[in-house]
Amino acid sequence: MSAARKLLIFGGLILAALGMLYGLYYALFVEHQALDRMGGSLATAFVDAAERNLPAAQLAVNEYAETKYDYVRQVDGHSHWIGLAMVMIVLGVVLERAGFTERTRFAIAVALALGSFSFPGAVLLQTFTRGGALVSALAVGGSALVIGAMAGAALGFARQRSGSLSKS
Amino acid sequence: MSPRRVLIFGGIALIAGGMLFGDIFAVFVLHQNGGQAGQELLAATRAVAVGDSAGVEKHFAEIGGLLEDHGTKLDAHTHMTAAGYLALLLALLQPYVAFSFRTRKMLAQLFVAGGLLLPLGIFLIHYVGLAYSPFSVIGWASILADSAGALLIVALIGETCGLWRYFQGTRADEPEPVLPPDTSWESRVLLAGGTILILLGFLFGAWYAGLDLYEHEAREKTILGTMLKASASGGDAAQLVSDYGNLQAEKAVDIAAHSHVIEFGLLAILLSFIQPFVFLNSCWKRFWVKLLLAGSIILPVFVLLEMRLGLIAGGIADVGGLMVLIALIGTLAGVLRYTGALDAQRGSAR
Repeated sequence: MSAARKLLIFGGLILAALGMLYGLYYALFVEHQALDRMGGSLATAFVDAAERNLPAAQLAVNEYAETKYDYVRQVDGHSHWIGLAMVMIVLGVVLERAGFTERTRFAIAVALALGSFSFPGAVLLQTFTRGGALVSALAVGGSALVIGAMAGAALGFARQRSGSLSKS
Repeated sequence: MSPRRVLIFGGIALIAGGMLFGDIFAVFVLHQNGGQAGQELLAATRAVAVGDSAGVEKHFAEIGGLLEDHGTKLDAHTHMTAAGYLALLLALLQPYVAFSFRTRKMLAQLFVAGGLLLPLGIFLIHYVGLAYSPFSVIGWASILADSAGALLIVALIGETCGLWRYFQGTRADEPEPVLPPDTSWESRVLLAGGTILILLGFLFGAWYAGLDLYEHEAREKTILGTMLKASASGGDAAQLVSDYGNLQAEKAVDIAAHSHVIEFGLLAILLSFIQPFVFLNSCWKRFWVKLLLAGSIILPVFVLLEMRLGLIAGGIADVGGLMVLIALIGTLAGVLRYTGALDAQRGSAR
């Protein structure tokens, strides 16, 4: 079994387990509280508005927006880790069919693994930094690595196909 | 039944079940639920206009229930299909899991059971609520869902340990045979189509995150602030409530298109691997492949067009989902006809 395949299959399984563990922790300790806080702050905003206390209503809307900002990214981190883990495992099984040298296939595997770990990780870090430039750059870089790796794999499969056709 | 076949049967059945549930959800729950939530929000703004705090709280309790109903059904759909994809992935890895036949089968059954119980628990959350629960925010259905999630994690860790043992040189006493390399038309088209679908999904996701995500978040905050000011001054906020509903719909279609095109791409690649298990003649196999790929494009494209074309596009998207589901059931029928040739080969080799 090639190094690229090992990296993608083991990396994918570890990433899937990490995504699931995070999901379990999130469901047990964070999600219900976050949903309660979101619903509560929105309801509070409307009650404050009904009592003609608009500054308090606006504060509650801000709290709702902040909680939702975190909630969206926490769910995205969980789902993208598991989704990308599945893509890694699938590519691990099939990458040897790509019409590239072993070195290029390993480079694709490294790019996909790095992107799959760092992109959802950076999305989660955004909940702490509130869109800090470094973390946003990490998220963009991670997603670019994933897209580049997938485009490379697609090209490799196309080369393999045309190679086998020309042989036949 | 071998562990691999448990995972293939279980995986395809979970995906088909999750998609059927998703189609039923889209047709009978999604739009109706959104409409009711919009009505409740409008009623809450009118309660604000007349200074009725108790009325606001009552309408928000209704909205909370509607959102929980929507969210748990959506989560049940996504978790069931995701567990199915993972089951198919694990089926591919079975030749490299260095455990006894019994342990591998137990892990496979554990995984499929977890994949079934997790969405069931999530689905029941809305109906069971906190009845008889010893906890303040987590009910029995959540406990079922979380326990099933733990089962999936245990099974996944078990499979990883089996793989680790394989790479350390240990071999299973009755290993699953490695799937023969399949270069058939169906396999190649599914692999190429799936790769392109995943790439398209990634590109669309990057475009959404870069251009729409932050704009949507800012617009939501602005609309809510304006809605509260308009209501508090005694005005009618119907247009703002409509804008808010449209924004939620915009977000939902973007996310649904992104996630579905990637999932269908993954499904196509996974199905390309199990083509040796599909015992149908070539004509039928090609038909299911074409139907699956056509549905995989139609659903996300028409989900995106829903904002411009309305319910007609939504209906066509549902038909796309149904096409994928039918293709999946057709493939499952082919797997059911599998005669055990690979197992027989393994027996004769011994």
